[in-house]
Amino acid sequence: MQAVVQEIVGQMGNEKAPLLQVLLAVQDASPRNYVSEEAVRAIARSMRVSRCRVYSTASFYTEISLKPRGRHLIRICGNAPCENAGRAAIMDAIQKELGIKAGEITADGLISLEKVSCLGACYKSPAIKVDHQIYGNLTPEEAVAIIRSLREEFSNEHNGSPVGI
Amino acid sequence: MSITDRQLVFNVEGREYVDLDLYRSRGGYEALEKVLAWDPRQAVHMLKEAGLKGRGGASFPTGLKIEMVRNNREKERYIIINADEGEPGTFKDRYIMTHLPFQLLEGVTIAAYLAGISQGILYVRHEYDEPRSVMRDSIAQAQAAGLLGDDILGSGFNLHIELFSGAGSYLCGEETALLSSIEGRKGRPQVKPPYPTQQGLWGKPTLINNVETLSNIPKIIEKGALWYRNLGTNDSPGTKLISLSGDIQFRGLVEVPFGTSFRDIVYKYGGGPKPGRKVKAVNIGGASGVLVPEEMLDVPLEYGACSRAGITIGSGAVFVLDDTRSILDNVSNRINFFLHESCGKCTPCREGLRQAQIIMEKLLEGRAVMKDVENLERYTRVMQNASFCGLGQAAGNSVISSLHYYDQEYRGQCVDGDCLYGEESA
Repeated sequence: MQAVVQEIVGQMGNEKAPLLQVLLAVQDASPRNYVSEEAVRAIARSMRVSRCRVYSTASFYTEISLKPRGRHLIRICGNAPCENAGRAAIMDAIQKELGIKAGEITADGLISLEKVSCLGACYKSPAIKVDHQIYGNLTPEEAVAIIRSLREEFSNEHNGSPVGI
Repeated sequence: MSITDRQLVFNVEGREYVDLDLYRSRGGYEALEKVLAWDPRQAVHMLKEAGLKGRGGASFPTGLKIEMVRNNREKERYIIINADEGEPGTFKDRYIMTHLPFQLLEGVTIAAYLAGISQGILYVRHEYDEPRSVMRDSIAQAQAAGLLGDDILGSGFNLHIELFSGAGSYLCGEETALLSSIEGRKGRPQVKPPYPTQQGLWGKPTLINNVETLSNIPKIIEKGALWYRNLGTNDSPGTKLISLSGDIQFRGLVEVPFGTSFRDIVYKYGGGPKPGRKVKAVNIGGASGVLVPEEMLDVPLEYGACSRAGITIGSGAVFVLDDTRSILDNVSNRINFFLHESCGKCTPCREGLRQAQIIMEKLLEGRAVMKDVENLERYTRVMQNASFCGLGQAAGNSVISSLHYYDQEYRGQCVDGDCLYGEESA
């Protein structure tokens, strides 16, 4: 972990590295999309700041997780334009398809489901985002179809093996 | 759907992506060449004459802001491009970054030159993966073409722009919170003064401007202050990008000259409500904006007129609710949003929103009494008056405006309320 973090911090300028960008990069490098306790320690050491400082920043931002998440993240936009366009039905359908609730991870560790504040895609609400891709103008059926095909794709990527932390 | 054949600032109707060659073939970067040959004071004066104001929500005069940084004695300075477009219902900066990246970069370069800045940071919200990658490419292309980096167009002027990603905090769109975020701290607002133009990033003078604001600059330089003033009204020159969403025929981005009425925005640009439906309310300015009824739509899009009518233009989000929608559901959604995004620094915002959420829940479940509605208004006023930053001050706008225009809906949900339209709220 220390080596991975040191490399990221080094690329960004060591002690002058911007902490928030380091946290995001460390999180992106983690297969479980989170910043572990070990990673926090490594960041603090590499950047010569206190762990408390690293936690303070990490815990403030919604997009940084201090707990393991799924390998892939499904985010459902919960703001008013999406809410009005049928966010609740989409959320229900996806929860049923995955067998988990918002904030949970599928048993195989593959997918996390999250409700987020706003994806900035109100021109095609209701919108969801899977990893880096936004899907909009969805019906619950379309949302489920997307999730189903992506889930299959993701499982093949990881050969169906259980996903470690 | 051509509303106007006039050349505006962004000309978004074609939805086309303008790459560097196309941008230059249309006169792009001529404004930068011009400015590099001028006395910077002349160009700053032109921006002031044009009456360009910040488009992020605060509408501070841009020319004045540039001048404030320019006149600072400290030589280490920064320009920050605020692309933390967090206001729900807004997607104009997304559009500019994905379709008109070089217009933005030219604007940034001119502003930086005028203010004597050679280091820039483009702060893009975390959710915007696509805009971030387009901007990363565009910055590299501009550098390769000598339009960014060292010795821009052989003038000896340098500007280096780095990308910075937000991490899912609405509050970081507020300039001092944004600075804290870049400095690696929690994205909490700081007390002003000192303003960022005096002591900004790392304590140095910093010019922070919204994406839309900066993208206006090349056109003003190219076509002149008078052309720009003639686009809008005397009070508000130029145009505004409006993000249309909700229950209307056309959802998407439109460019509207200032002075256009909200009725035209909703009915002409947006095509009006879906067939058979009526407009019940229009939310102007995003989550921190107000909810107004159909009758208010004759107000023109103009800073002065809107301010007198109690409307906040904000980021230019226009979200339409038709007659099937519940006002209370929407207000409740706003409250939940702000409660999640509140940083918890000051008590009025942190506790006021929590109380507002409790009351909204009671109302939606039909357990509320009239006293609760009174308290809701009282708490919201306290939030508006006593919150530390704009988030708390604006969080109650949808509550206060909806209490004003739709108080029957609140009363109808109270067990002791005089239910005015019984069948809807039973």
